[in-house]
Amino acid sequence: MDAVVSVLEFIGAEILNVPAYLIGIFAAIGLIALKKNSGQVIGGAIKAAMGYLILGAGAAVVVASLAPLGELILGVTGSEGVVPTNEVITAIAAEQYGANAAYVLMLGFIVMLLLARFTPLKYVFLTGHHLVFMSVMIVFVLSIGFGEGSGWLVVILGSLLFGIVLVAVPAFVTPWVSRITGNDSVTIGHFGTAGYIASGAVGAAVGKKSRSTEDIDFPQGLRFLRDSMVSTTILMVLIYMVFGVWAAIAMPHDEFIGIMGSASTPSALMACFAQGLQFGIGVAIILYGVRIMLGEIVPAFQGIAEKVVPGAKPALDIPIVFPYAQNAVLIGFIASFIGGLVSLGVIGAWLGPAFGVALILPGMVPHFFTGGGAGVFGNATGGRMGAIWGGFTNGVLITFLPAAALAIIDRLSEVSGIDAIKGSTFGDADFGWLSILLGGSILVGNHLLSVLLILLIGAALLVGAWVFQVKAIDKGWLPAREHATWRAEVEAADKAEKAAAAERAKAEKA
Amino acid sequence: MKIVAVCGMGIGTSVLLKMNTEKVLDQLGVDGQVEAADISAARGSASDANLVLTSAELAEELGPVDAEVVVIDNFFDMEEITAKLKAHVEG
Repeated sequence: MDAVVSVLEFIGAEILNVPAYLIGIFAAIGLIALKKNSGQVIGGAIKAAMGYLILGAGAAVVVASLAPLGELILGVTGSEGVVPTNEVITAIAAEQYGANAAYVLMLGFIVMLLLARFTPLKYVFLTGHHLVFMSVMIVFVLSIGFGEGSGWLVVILGSLLFGIVLVAVPAFVTPWVSRITGNDSVTIGHFGTAGYIASGAVGAAVGKKSRSTEDIDFPQGLRFLRDSMVSTTILMVLIYMVFGVWAAIAMPHDEFIGIMGSASTPSALMACFAQGLQFGIGVAIILYGVRIMLGEIVPAFQGIAEKVVPGAKPALDIPIVFPYAQNAVLIGFIASFIGGLVSLGVIGAWLGPAFGVALILPGMVPHFFTGGGAGVFGNATGGRMGAIWGGFTNGVLITFLPAAALAIIDRLSEVSGIDAIKGSTFGDADFGWLSILLGGSILVGNHLLSVLLILLIGAALLVGAWVFQVKAIDKGWLPAREHATWRAEVEAADKAEKAAAAERAKAEKA
Repeated sequence: MKIVAVCGMGIGTSVLLKMNTEKVLDQLGVDGQVEAADISAARGSASDANLVLTSAELAEELGPVDAEVVVIDNFFDMEEITAKLKAHVEG
């Protein structure tokens, strides 16, 4: 009997508590359910587990490169500096919270399938990296909030909430996506959705008579930024150099070269440059791991979903709307980045000194993908003005939401005594508002009340999405109808004019 | 045959394209290996691949690579993927 117990204990502690093995096992279960052959099952399970382990390797590189930057920013501004990058915070948090996050990922996906099967919210969230990020974010906030020994509570509560979020968020964004794509075959499953809806709403408000971004001959020179390795590294080198030069001027000489581990100021500045590259390298390693892992898990998830909820609408990654308005992607990105810088200015000049809010430095990946997406949504409801102001709004949101979320997580960590992670946080808008709601619920101080509040948030999201689905989406509601009619008229007039001009040219020739 | 599916980050839409491509290969009865990649990684992976699948804008950004680049307009249009792959598998 004792032997059985110790074997079970061993399995529990050394296998079922190791996130990489769990992910491998889950991938294997999925592949077996899809009746793959044994070679594919074994290969898939090993690759999924290896992918997860690669995340950890990348996290180590990123953490090493962020540490000196944090000291420099603190030294020159007196505030904590944070670069919101989902990949980075996920990889760091996964080391500590990975096992529970893996359970939430698996169980929450099942909750989503059940909701999609039995409610009108027929969505299957297939954006693999966002599934992983969100499961880690929920477990991260709940674990810090509820403290040591709260494992099962975190997993059960987290899975319920995760499953609800996975059908609710795609439901809320669906009419806006239909306005962009002109049909309702797919929707977006991406946790920048608060920014997209805000952008769509702002676009509808400011751009009643604004023409489409796609009529502009926009320079495509910025397109190299779509190469994520290039854009991440360039931005990080820039940020590092700005604070390096600032520190070289404002900080005591010995302290500055001490932080960078160099012998002189020039070599310390070159060390800043090299650390910026290191960050890019770390992110590249993490992305490689995510890619290997998702390559096995997403097909398994999708295969199972197809069997459980046939005909459900796939909720997909944001770049699927990019081809509908390529100029709007670049305009939205630039506007979002400017929005981020303006907000950073507000935090640096006022909120930071007054309330100790962390400096949220613009992260390239969130601004490019969610800013670009916001541009497309804004353009669909309000043309050029919509793309600009929608992108800007997104940039403001993804600066202030992480700042507020960080402040709450810091409070939680003070109360529970568990260290929060410094230097990075989740970038996209939905991670922000959800962690604020979750963290806020836990801060009430009574755990039973907190659990009830969190269940209430879940219920409110579910009911809200359900009502929206039945009352708005199923009845064919689309945002910015007037703008769309006006735009169709303008475009028809343009076409007629072109045709007339061609006729005239023909007549003159003859 | 080896196929590389490319998107901006190499973790979102390219994984979905990889999935759909695998399904098509299955239906066509072709034994193939599909991998997801971002632009930088794709330039390397293309050296021993037969085909690279991506969107029109990224194909331009990718530039010339060792494998033939096939533009897929809609990553979720199984008919389009089937038609375009068929041409290359058989031809």
